[in-house]
This record gives sequence, structure tokens and C-alpha cells, in this order.
Amino acid sequence: MSDNHSPRTASQRIAWITTVVVASLVLVFLMAPILAIMPLSFSSGSYLTYPLPGFSLRWYEDFLNSPRWVSSLKNSVIIGVASTILSMVLGTLASLGLAQWKSKFKPLVLAIVLSPVVVPGVITAVGLYFFFAPLGLTGSYAGLILAHTALSTPFVVITVSATLQSFDMNLARAAASLGASPIYAFRRVILPLILPGLASGALFAFATSFDEVVVVLFMAGPEQRTLPREMFSGIRENISPTITAAAVILTTISVILLATLEALRRRNERLKGNLR
Amino acid sequence: MTAAFVAGADASSEVPLKRRLKRAERTRRLKALALILPLLLFLLFTFLGPIAGMLWRSVDDWEVRQVMPHTVAALADWDGKDVPGEPAFAALAGDIRTARDAGTVAIASKRLNYALNGFRTIMSGTARNLKALPEPGTAKDTLIGINPAWGERATWAAIKGASGPLTSFYLLGALDLTRNLDGAIVAAPEEQAIYRDVFGRTFTISLGVTVLCLILGFPVAYMLATLPTGQSNVLMIFVLLPFWTSLLVRTCAWIVVLQSEGIVNDSLRWIGLIDEPLRLIYNRFGVYVAMTHVLLPFMILPLYSSMRSISPAYMRAAASLGASPVTAFLRIYLPQTVPGIGAGSLLVFILAIGYYITPALVGGAADQMISYFIAFYTTETVNWGLASALGAVLLLATLLLAVVYGKLVHGQQVTGGMKN
Repeated sequence: MSDNHSPRTASQRIAWITTVVVASLVLVFLMAPILAIMPLSFSSGSYLTYPLPGFSLRWYEDFLNSPRWVSSLKNSVIIGVASTILSMVLGTLASLGLAQWKSKFKPLVLAIVLSPVVVPGVITAVGLYFFFAPLGLTGSYAGLILAHTALSTPFVVITVSATLQSFDMNLARAAASLGASPIYAFRRVILPLILPGLASGALFAFATSFDEVVVVLFMAGPEQRTLPREMFSGIRENISPTITAAAVILTTISVILLATLEALRRRNERLKGNLR
Repeated sequence: MTAAFVAGADASSEVPLKRRLKRAERTRRLKALALILPLLLFLLFTFLGPIAGMLWRSVDDWEVRQVMPHTVAALADWDGKDVPGEPAFAALAGDIRTARDAGTVAIASKRLNYALNGFRTIMSGTARNLKALPEPGTAKDTLIGINPAWGERATWAAIKGASGPLTSFYLLGALDLTRNLDGAIVAAPEEQAIYRDVFGRTFTISLGVTVLCLILGFPVAYMLATLPTGQSNVLMIFVLLPFWTSLLVRTCAWIVVLQSEGIVNDSLRWIGLIDEPLRLIYNRFGVYVAMTHVLLPFMILPLYSSMRSISPAYMRAAASLGASPVTAFLRIYLPQTVPGIGAGSLLVFILAIGYYITPALVGGAADQMISYFIAFYTTETVNWGLASALGAVLLLATLLLAVVYGKLVHGQQVTGGMKN
């Protein structure tokens, strides 16, 4: 691949350099705004402008001392963890079933399972709002956890199914031929091998719930406001440096999730390489 | 698979092998279904049911039927040509008295007011002034005496049109259409006809964002696909990190960067290009910038994967056969990226038409897309029928595009965390 970009003629070199320059500018466009607000959260002043008057952690202190922000972070974690567990159970079972199910209805079932990703957030939110209100599930943790589970399960199914596809079913057959019960074979042979895939699925599910705001906007009562929901009203009313502190905290969590995912992917690739 | 194994090993039993295999296959299928079923049932309750409920609300017409059952029955075989006769007036008077005692006048008048502006006043005035049930035979005169509107065909046509059980009123309304007195479908009055405009705006913004993403994403995907893996993996962080960063963080960042005291305006002023700060946010420009930023990774990733699979040997072959670099690029490379371009563009477009949060935060009043109106009618004015009808139109558009997308990528995996 690498010899593809070693241009032979002058015009090719110019074309390649132009591409690199334009592409780099686009990459800067992608990163710059996120990097630009980070220093503002460490400002000692209360205006969101540069140059910073000085360095301080007062906005983080503000965040941690504000019951609104702290409880929103807590809510995000509660709803995120609960919906991740639920979507992992439902999604992994369904992936295992889908992997061995052969039927002409399979594409239809798959389309239904993946549809929460495609349907616009507002439609899901409005539908849930109408449907859950008479059941008393709006303004409750249970309602939000159920809704977020529906939204994140597709990502679990996608990731776990991809892992199962690369899983060698002969290993399970070998276990069975050696006398392992299906459950024992799953626990001792299948599970350890698909564990990185499951972990990626869980991270995707958690990130989906952690970032979701439209459903929360419709369904959460004041008690269940999540961190993105709190940021939404913060941005609407008046952007204070505390919001930039919240943004940095959120971004840090995203980076940790992304780094973990990347590490899992690398480990998985290494394992596959060893097997060959 | 264990079942099949055992069935094959145990050849001494009397059941023919073929039937045993069939039975084993059936158990296997049932087991697989049993694993999928919990998720399907769960989605039925938390996703499919709610969406079906919303679609139902876009055609459901229960208010007038429930509050004024006798009037609805009396109008059942009214031909709509003239003001109905005395029985309909008597039924109406009875229904209004009952509704007033039950406190349900407002439910029906809200629905009737959608059909005929001012109906709320007619209903509340009549409910207030109708002190007692009129004597038999005098209902018509009494009601017209209270409000002359009862002597008009349009008033009765509105009740008849709203008498359910199903209505096309909201769905037609979502497309700027309405029914005239004779039941024919005509264009809605100008002051109500705003939704085609909103759909047009949603389409324009989504298309603009898709084109911007393609223009900006193509060189990035090309560079990442051409560079050696080690370098492109490092640069990929620049795509994946924003992709994983919360939508609200990114939207907030753009507001901070683009506001009148923001970095962009300050830099432009410092260079001396402008004296007054430019208005870069809370308008269409801000919507384009923020939405393109949010959706760009959804374009880059499919483009990248399609470009990665193009062998450089093709380009070398083209060059060795005498094609100029431009010809080789246009005739050999570009056609092979078409599936990636199609997949990325459709994905970005599908996600863009459903956008709500970003336009709501960085757009002005004239930049709100269809999702905003769905949310508005759900929570602010509580016109759930119209909200559902607009939702139904958006859902239909999204699903059609999704089917095309599904055919295009052919069961290829979907990447990433979708964000709205």
C-alpha cells in the first residue's frame, strides 16, 4: 500500500501535497473546537474568552459543589450501567440465537433488532412519551433505563455478532465431543474467546446511553436529569465556565472508553494473529 | 448442535435417521428462537409498541366521538349539503349539557378548533349560555339564537369531519392539505401551510450537510487509506475522538468558538479583517458548521473502508497503460469509491433529517428542522395528532432511505454510536 503515495511526477506530487494539506485542515476542523474549550474550564475568570486571565480549578470546584451537576453525573452513571447490563443480557442472547438461526425471516428480525439506531431520536422519544406516560414510567429511572436499553442493544448485537462470526464453531463441537455440557462449553470455551467482543459491546452500549439526550429530554423528571440533559439546559440558558468543566469531564470519560475499546481491538487482533 | 451429534451417534434406535435429523434440526431452531425472543419481546414493549402507538395517534380521532356521541350519531347520515335538521340540534344540545356537567367540553372544542378556527369560542359560549335543555322542537332556534355560527354549514361540517373513528386530518395537515366542505382534498389556508416549508428546509439542510461532509471527508479518507497503516492509525484518532465525544460537548464547543466574543471572531478582528464581530452562530451558518462537524466521521469511516479495499495495482496498471494521473483517478479510482460514497452519503443524510439537538441549540427560529416541530407539538401545544402525523412522515422518509442503505451496504456492518 505504502508505495501508492510515492508520486513519480511533479504534478502527482503537487496533487498529493494538496490532498494532505486539505485533509490535515479538515482533521484540525474536527479536533480544534473540542481542544479550544478545554483550557477555558481552567480559567480563573468567568468569561469564555482568550487570553485566560489566569489558571484555576474554581469551575471544577463549582461543578463538584453543585448538587445539580453532581446528581446529574450520578444519574448518568446509574442509567448507563443499568441499561448496559440489561442490553448486554438481551443482546448477547439474541446474537447467540441469530448466529445459529437459519430462516428466511432472519433479515426481517435483524432489521427490527437494529431499527432503534435508524429511527430519529425524536420519534422514539415521542412514541415512548405517549406509551410510558399512562404506565407511570415517565419521570422514573425504570422508564429511562428501559428506553436506553432499547437504544443501545443494537450496538451490542452488532459487536457481539461480529465476534461470533469470527468464532470457530468447531471449538464448541470439540468441547461437546469431549463430553462438555452446552453450558459448560459456553462458560469454559466460548465465553473466554468472545469476551473482548462482549466488552466492546458493553462499552458501545454505555457510551450510547451516556450520550443520549433526546429521550431524556422528554421522559426524565427533575430527579432523573442526566449530565447531557443538564448541559442542554445550561447551553440554552447561559454558557458558564462550569459547563466547560462538565464538557471536559464528559470528554475524559469518552477518551477512556475509546482507549479501552482500541486496546481491546488490538488485543483481539494480536490473538487472531497468534492463532494463524 | 449437541442434539444433532447425539442423534447421529445413536444409530441403533428404531426411528429412521431422516426423521431424527429433522427433529434435531427443529429443536435447534426452537432453541435459537428462544434466545432471540426475549429481545424481540423487549423491543415490542419499549420500541415497536411506542412507535405503533404514535402512528395510531396520527389517525385516531376520539375526542368528539367520546364527548358528543349523540351528535356524531345524528350526523352519521347527514349529506353535508345543508344545515342539518332539528334532531341533530337536539342531540348537540343534549351532548353539550352532558359535557358541561362532566367538564369535558374543552376536550372536544380543542379538537374542533383545529378543524375550524374559533370553534373553541362557539363551544364555550354555547355551553355557558345553554341554561337548560331546549323544549322539543326548539333546539335549532335556541342554539342559533345563542350563536349564529350553528346556522352555518361549515360549523357542522367541522363536527362531522371530526367524528372519527379515524381521520386523515392530521396526516393531510402535515402535508399542508385539508378537506373543503365537500370533502375534497385542497391546499390548506396559507397561514397554516408551513410544513412543506419545514420539510423542504429539513431536506435542504440535510443535503447541504451531506455535500459538505462528502467534500471535506473525501480527502481525509483518501489520505488515511493511502498512508501506511501505522501513520493512518495515528491520524484516525483525529476522526474517532470527535466521533466519541458527546454531541453536547461538540455543540457547546462550537457556540463558544463562534460566538461574537469567540475565538474565530477575535482572531478575525486581531488580523484586521473585520471591525464588527460576524454573526456566526444562532443562524443557518452555525447549523451547517456544527452539523457537518458532528456527522463528518459518519462519512469518513465508510469512505475509508471502501478506499482501503482498492488495490493500488489498479492505479499502477492504468498508469502503465498510459493514463494520465487525472484520467486514472477519474476513470479507475473514483468509480471504485462509489459504494463508499453512496453508503456514507445516505448514512449522513438519514441521520441529518432526524436532527433535533444541534439545530435547537445553534440555529435560529428559521433554522429549525422537522424534529423540532414534532417536539414542539408534543410538549408545548399538546397537539399530539399533528406531532404524530409529522413523525409518521419523517419515519416513512427515514425507513425508505434506510432500506436503500441496507440494500447498498448489503449487510455490511454499521459503525459507531449514532447521535441525534
